[in-house]
Amino acid sequence: MRLTDDEKAMLDGAEGPAVAAAMDLLVRYGEALDCEQLCDIRNVAGTMTQPSPAKAKLVAEGGWDKAFSVINLDSDDDLEIPDMRVPTCQLQQGFGSDSAGIAPYSKQFIDLQDDAESFYGRKGVNILATCTPYQVGNLPVRGEHVAWMESSAVVYANSVLGARTNCEGTASTGAASLTGKIPCWGNHLPENRYGNHLIDVRVPVRDFLDWGMLGYFAGDLVQEERPVVTGDIAIPELADLKHFGAAAASSGGVELYHIPGITPEAPTVEAAFGPRPVPEAVTYGPRERRRMYETLNSQGHSTEVDFILLGCPHASIEQVCRAAKALEGRRLNSSTQLWIMVPRALKAIADRSGYTEIIERAGGRLLADSCPAMSRSAPEGTKVFATDSAKQAHYLPAILGIEAWFGTLEDCIEAAVTGRWAGDLR
Amino acid sequence: MTLVLRGRTVVPGVVEGEALVSHETISGWGGIDPAKGTIIERRHELYGVCFTGKILVFPGAKGSSGWSGFFQTTRLLGTAPLGMIYTVTTTKAALGAVVTRVPTVTDLDQDPVEVIKTGDWVRIDADGGVVEVKERS
Repeated sequence: MRLTDDEKAMLDGAEGPAVAAAMDLLVRYGEALDCEQLCDIRNVAGTMTQPSPAKAKLVAEGGWDKAFSVINLDSDDDLEIPDMRVPTCQLQQGFGSDSAGIAPYSKQFIDLQDDAESFYGRKGVNILATCTPYQVGNLPVRGEHVAWMESSAVVYANSVLGARTNCEGTASTGAASLTGKIPCWGNHLPENRYGNHLIDVRVPVRDFLDWGMLGYFAGDLVQEERPVVTGDIAIPELADLKHFGAAAASSGGVELYHIPGITPEAPTVEAAFGPRPVPEAVTYGPRERRRMYETLNSQGHSTEVDFILLGCPHASIEQVCRAAKALEGRRLNSSTQLWIMVPRALKAIADRSGYTEIIERAGGRLLADSCPAMSRSAPEGTKVFATDSAKQAHYLPAILGIEAWFGTLEDCIEAAVTGRWAGDLR
Repeated sequence: MTLVLRGRTVVPGVVEGEALVSHETISGWGGIDPAKGTIIERRHELYGVCFTGKILVFPGAKGSSGWSGFFQTTRLLGTAPLGMIYTVTTTKAALGAVVTRVPTVTDLDQDPVEVIKTGDWVRIDADGGVVEVKERS
């Protein structure tokens, strides 16, 4: 790799051992990518506070400095961690103390995370505690180089905002937060941002469910590549694109897509492919839609549903409002629980707008900071869950060993009230 | 018969062992259990299979950005693979190999997932970017 003078100085220890370790990781990582240089970034979204058994052990041994050194810098040394060099936020993490008694989660982890928040807060980490930093004020501008992790946030930042980031990890974001640098590879380079698959939508994609299934189809089709989506689609809202991207990053590894006329780097289909010819389109029609629905429901067998999960990625305030309207005046089945995951900042708005009260009166819960997948936590005894999120239907059966149903918000609320899954593709 | 593949270094080092080949991409977060070193994605061809101490041969990484963190945890918990060989470079796979700190190569002159079989004896010289494959007799 070719390093600039300031990067060489950092590597040689001019800014202390932690920054040197960060630069060492970036060089090892850059070489693994066969990348020639680093680029400057000033916006990091990473993870430091999320508890894990390995982290608890490191903190017990050498405090948060040690945990950051080993996990976030991939160093074997116990380094004193300086302030974050560039604006850095904490993504989703574990459940906090206000979820105690609702989500089964260890008190030790809640305390560990409280401790982490005060340590990292002092170092300049913004504790946004959400997988959707773009919903709560972290909105990079178009063309800005950033270093984000969380696959659903990465695909949103690249595709919807037009910012430039690869799908970073815990160690690369840790190193970026202390250096303001990241390998200038992949999505940071303009020539890698053009689409290379065309999907022609021949079935109306109008609502949240359909955007999720289309995303799941796109990810499965293109894997790590870049789909361009055209055809019978309505102008999506934020939550639709949040769901589409999260689904495409679950069935595949999509980090960047274009929707001509809607996303910023694709004014037209031709522009989405840049200097390359527009490839032959792959059709997404009624048959493909049906296949996605069946795939996403292939891990459901029993129709007796114990648990409903909404808000993956973390719900928008409109999604919370819609759930509240659907629950108004109704009451959850005694054997079914309903959790809606939101960013804490939006929970404050939901509380203030009265949505939380409606949801709680019906027996549901609005939970912040985390989700069942991150905290490996679902209501005690859950065997079957239902969700409106393709991402959770994809992951949660493996993470918690439970069955999954996937459907609309209305299907999910109906199941919460009756205790039975009656969803169908309409 | 020994097959020789040539590619480039991802993580330097030399190691040899038995191959575990996945034809499907692998998820880290939600795809492996780092405490046991097993694949836990239910619909995966290697569901329930342990990669600890094996040369993990796979087309690439998919899914969550927790990929590297989960593979780093396999190193911390002693369940890591012995080495890695992958076909498609992504940030997840590259950073994952770096923090797992096992000899790793990619960009081979033949697709490793096609020519290496589970159970083959594989030697990775990641310093020189060379992979030697001895078929299981």
